[in-house]
Amino acid sequence: MDRLTEIVKKAETLAFDLHFTAARAWKQSGDHRVLVGYLPIYVPREIIHASNGLPVGIMGAGDRKQIIKGDAYYQSYICHLPRGIIEMALDDNLNDMDGFLFPAICDCIRNLSGMFKLSSKGKFQRYFDYPQNFDPAIGGIFYRQEMEKILADIRAINGQEANVEKLNHAIGLYNRNRELIEMIYSIRQEYPWRLSGLDTYYILRAGITIPVEEHNAMLEEVVDLIGEERGEPMDNIRVVITGSFCEQPPTGLIKSIEMAGCYIVDDDFMLGSRWIQGKINNTSKDPLEALCDAYLNQSTFSSAYYDVGNPKGKRLVELVKSRNADGVIFSAASFCDPALLDRPLMQKECDDSGIPHINFQYHENTGQFKVIKEQAGTFSDSIKLWV
Amino acid sequence: MADLKDAIKEKSMNLQKEMLAKQFHDLSQANETGKKVVYTFVPGNLTELILSFDMLPVYPEINALQSGMRKKSADYIKDAEKMGFSEDVCTYVKCDIGMMLNGNIGPTGEKLPSPDLLLLSYTGCFTFMKWFENLERLYPGVPVAMLHTPYQEEGKIAQEQVDYMVKQLKEEVIPKMEQVSGKKFDPQRLSGMLENSARAEDLLVKVLESAKNVPTPIDAYFAGVYYIGPIFTAFRGTAEAVNYYHELWEEVQERMRRGLGPVTPEGELKEQKYRLVMEGPPNWTNFREFWKIFYDMGAVIVASSYTKVGGVYDLGFRHDPKEPLESLSRYCMGCYTNMNLPQRVGLLEKYVKEYKADGFLINSIKSCNSFSAGQLMIMREIEQRSGVPVGFLESDLVDPRYFSYANIKNRLESYFQMLEQRKIILRQEGVIA
Ligand code: SF4
Repeated sequence: MDRLTEIVKKAETLAFDLHFTAARAWKQSGDHRVLVGYLPIYVPREIIHASNGLPVGIMGAGDRKQIIKGDAYYQSYICHLPRGIIEMALDDNLNDMDGFLFPAICDCIRNLSGMFKLSSKGKFQRYFDYPQNFDPAIGGIFYRQEMEKILADIRAINGQEANVEKLNHAIGLYNRNRELIEMIYSIRQEYPWRLSGLDTYYILRAGITIPVEEHNAMLEEVVDLIGEERGEPMDNIRVVITGSFCEQPPTGLIKSIEMAGCYIVDDDFMLGSRWIQGKINNTSKDPLEALCDAYLNQSTFSSAYYDVGNPKGKRLVELVKSRNADGVIFSAASFCDPALLDRPLMQKECDDSGIPHINFQYHENTGQFKVIKEQAGTFSDSIKLWV
Repeated sequence: MADLKDAIKEKSMNLQKEMLAKQFHDLSQANETGKKVVYTFVPGNLTELILSFDMLPVYPEINALQSGMRKKSADYIKDAEKMGFSEDVCTYVKCDIGMMLNGNIGPTGEKLPSPDLLLLSYTGCFTFMKWFENLERLYPGVPVAMLHTPYQEEGKIAQEQVDYMVKQLKEEVIPKMEQVSGKKFDPQRLSGMLENSARAEDLLVKVLESAKNVPTPIDAYFAGVYYIGPIFTAFRGTAEAVNYYHELWEEVQERMRRGLGPVTPEGELKEQKYRLVMEGPPNWTNFREFWKIFYDMGAVIVASSYTKVGGVYDLGFRHDPKEPLESLSRYCMGCYTNMNLPQRVGLLEKYVKEYKADGFLINSIKSCNSFSAGQLMIMREIEQRSGVPVGFLESDLVDPRYFSYANIKNRLESYFQMLEQRKIILRQEGVIA
């Protein structure tokens, strides 16, 4: 097995380990360590790291766990992600988590925070409200207070103070993490055959289950390996996938799109890990302010972020152009209000810019991809024919 | 389908009809009279602030539910779906956008004016943000004022959350209102209106709490949304609203004196066999049929959560003229859908006890995650804590494809049988007379 294949295999195992073995091992190997489970999309992981915590991404059970109890908590017209998470909570998969963060992306996740509160799962269950006002003196202060609450939650468990030095150190580590991820996307933009979209997904998703230091080491290696030529270019079209930021598409869906002749040159599968665009100041005397600035001024476009004044459709079009993509695949979880309510606006922007697009809906445990593969294949053929 | 005759109406119902007709007429004349129009939402609405600038509020959810009641929503929804909106998403949004695509004709048949300001009071419902992002593109150039209402994450309102909202009001909302209306903010005028609000709120709470009586003189769900609540949102802060609630309270007291039950479109509900607490919004496309099923079975709703999306006044909140902006902020944060799940459960449990309910029902709405996500857990909690039989219905707000009369009737019949059984047992055990 070559080294890259080895890394991808390991990443796949980590990414879909619903028992979070690596995170639990990390916790056991030191004092005052805490695990903080967070749901999609974004939390400032730096503050958890600086508090001697490990932020652990909980992206749902996907197609790796049969959902029985979770279905009894949700009506059929609610997306799949929360029922998988409830199943995991009831099956003790999350028992080693000390606390949970529920970012403000939709009413399902918001109410799920209340369900965790009602069942007293973890030592804290915090809804993490994103300000939708971007004035530093208003939304910035609010965001800072939200972060301070998390710091207090962790401190109450382990007594650890996240001082300036620790915060700046953590910011530096996550800056490097995002930088390496962007390097992978840049290389793939030029040479998408060197690392498939699915393998990229495994590598990124592994990162939310292990310490950032380990993930950075993994990414460094991947950047080196794909810096060299490997694989064979194919006559594929280049697509951007959008709308899959929360409930994750089944891996079969990603595979089917690629097999149908599409290079995925950008996507929002692991949007939380790529949320902040560029570096955050890691030499500030007030690192929390640096994190606030980053949220207010460097956030990517997202369905969770009020976009009047900087419309996400336009930003999607810019992304498509900068990635030199041929088209967009709108791929959203069924019943995902944030993604689906944004779709018409974003499609219109694509139409206005002459960017072809198609759309799919999925559940994280969808098992049939024939239709999707056919649609993606037709999409790819039509672009090859006409563009 | 149920056979429906002409609806029976009380004086207050006619009064509210006149007030709403005038409101929609004023709106249709806004271009001529030069009045500025603000689109905003019911939960966390800033009606007094809007009125203090002499602007007129429009509530898209109310238009959507009216379209549902007038059987227009199905076509509107289809038109929005043709535009690319998924079948899965909120039908209020699709109905509203469909109505706009079809000329924006309001419930009285008159055209509604386009907005001069979109006031996005982002309270308790994530979809509101998406809805107005969409409207912003459909009404290019119309300013949007965002008022982000923090969630009651910790089950209480913290002072720093109030400060955050007051700052937004001062720096974002009021300047935009001044700019659009061409008028200076007048805090005294606002305070005067808040005084009226508090008076109307006192009366509204009396009306709602009259349902603690056995028999209850009102239905706190169907009637609550049909004629008790709507005036509240659109007219809060005005002398007309205070008058209306005086009138209504008189009427309710009279019913109590005479031992009368609630007025329903089918007539007075004479025999009140079952007292229920209801969680979740109603269905609007088949509103009267839905209500009639309860009427036919002698069931009355004594308390409901949906009547609290515009404010949970029975927990004590009143608009405070002495602290106008703070109290508007506290009002927004206090709305039902901005309460966390443990708070909601606590409130519903209190209703079951204080209103001496025989059962607890949920009408789960396909469109509305803010209500629906977590309702099955709420149901279990209420069952465990209160011991009353619980029931679960499913329908939609304004999409008639998701209202199955036969299915709902069957479920309710079984549920009422269960309540009956329980009554027999309780009687045998001497718990009830
Ligand atoms: S998939 Fe969409 S609706 Fe479901 S929890 Fe995630 S953001 Fe919310």
